[in-house]
Amino acid sequence: MFRYRRVPAGVYPDNDTPAYRSSEKRAPREPPVAIPHTLSETLGPRFGAEALRADANDMTCQVPGGIAQGQRILVHGRVSDEFGRPEAHALVEVWQANAAGRYRHVNDDHDAPLDPYFTGAGQCLTDADGHYAFYTIEPGAYPWGNHANAWRPRHIHFSLFGPAWGSRLVTQMYFPGDPLLPFDPIFMGIADAQARERLVSCFDLARTEPGRALAYRFDIVLRGPAETPWENRS
Amino acid sequence: MSVLTPSQTVGPYFHIGLDWPDAHRLAGDSTPGTPIVLQGRLLDGDGAAVPDAMIEIWQADASGRYGSDAVSGFRGAGRAAVDANGRFAFETVKPGAVSDAHGTQAPHVNVAVFARGLLVHLFTRIYFADESAANAADPVLTCVPAARRETLLARREGDAWVLDIHLQGTHETVFFDV
Ligand SMILES: [Fe+2]
Repeated sequence: MFRYRRVPAGVYPDNDTPAYRSSEKRAPREPPVAIPHTLSETLGPRFGAEALRADANDMTCQVPGGIAQGQRILVHGRVSDEFGRPEAHALVEVWQANAAGRYRHVNDDHDAPLDPYFTGAGQCLTDADGHYAFYTIEPGAYPWGNHANAWRPRHIHFSLFGPAWGSRLVTQMYFPGDPLLPFDPIFMGIADAQARERLVSCFDLARTEPGRALAYRFDIVLRGPAETPWENRS
Repeated sequence: MSVLTPSQTVGPYFHIGLDWPDAHRLAGDSTPGTPIVLQGRLLDGDGAAVPDAMIEIWQADASGRYGSDAVSGFRGAGRAAVDANGRFAFETVKPGAVSDAHGTQAPHVNVAVFARGLLVHLFTRIYFADESAANAADPVLTCVPAARRETLLARREGDAWVLDIHLQGTHETVFFDV
């Protein structure tokens, strides 16, 4: 029988992170109740090609009549589980602000221009070895109300399912050398510094496309089943 | 040493990437089982509606089996963004009891809550108040202190099963370490 290892302390952020003010009334106060890993937790929904929209893997040219403004980039990487097994033929969903740091969203009132040729929504599928790739533009940083002069570092939101209900992951990819990272309570909410750095993509010169696109690599590791049960866990 | 990629909040603008049409509908006209509407509100520690959150569910079919079925139109998973009043609603069928090495679980719907303000999504479950014998023997519910189990029990209101999810406060919902 397969079993899942619990996420070690500090690797995922703690919802009770007072520096992130939106957590104040939303983070549960009671400790979570540990439950056995039944079929409900160790099976999970799978989404593949049937969920893919047309042109979703190139966010620079989704709107007829023009191309998105900003620095064109290729974002790619490998999705695997914590034992190195690829997440094959799996759906990757992404969304982001435009080059000026503005989301195409009714609640975003940041005084920066919308780009009529950029929706900010993308999707792609991993291949048989877990690799994914999509084109987009580098998002801008944007201000938010968390504290005085707060700015989110440039980021792309990612959503993945993995092999089980318990391996679901929503996260954010950051850019190397972003000076805003150490001031961001969402990024700094991850206690383990090495885990935090895994959210920072790497500039990938080998995958840049001459005259066309810079490239960043972002590998993603999800929870996966061990071949033998973990001790003292059920 | 762990190599896992950490979680981050879904943020307030997840609708751009994650709002799929019809994702709240898990069953079609020819799906076997009892059609139900599963609904409720998401509330914060002040009892105020959380207007910018997403609920995902994952459940067995009426016979207790996981997985989607293109023939019957059953999709085992659903997703709904809450509305301005924190309301969510799913159209599905009542799940059957699930049996595995841990025993027989009472009919339940697995729930994940994503929101601005949550750096990691929250896992919980919805059980059904009319299944008292099955609920009493459920290997997950019995991990929960008896006084808090009612936070996981949906009640019937007309055609709907209703349960509010409280992120904090006196009625704080039980969330799971999965
Ligand atoms: Fe964002």
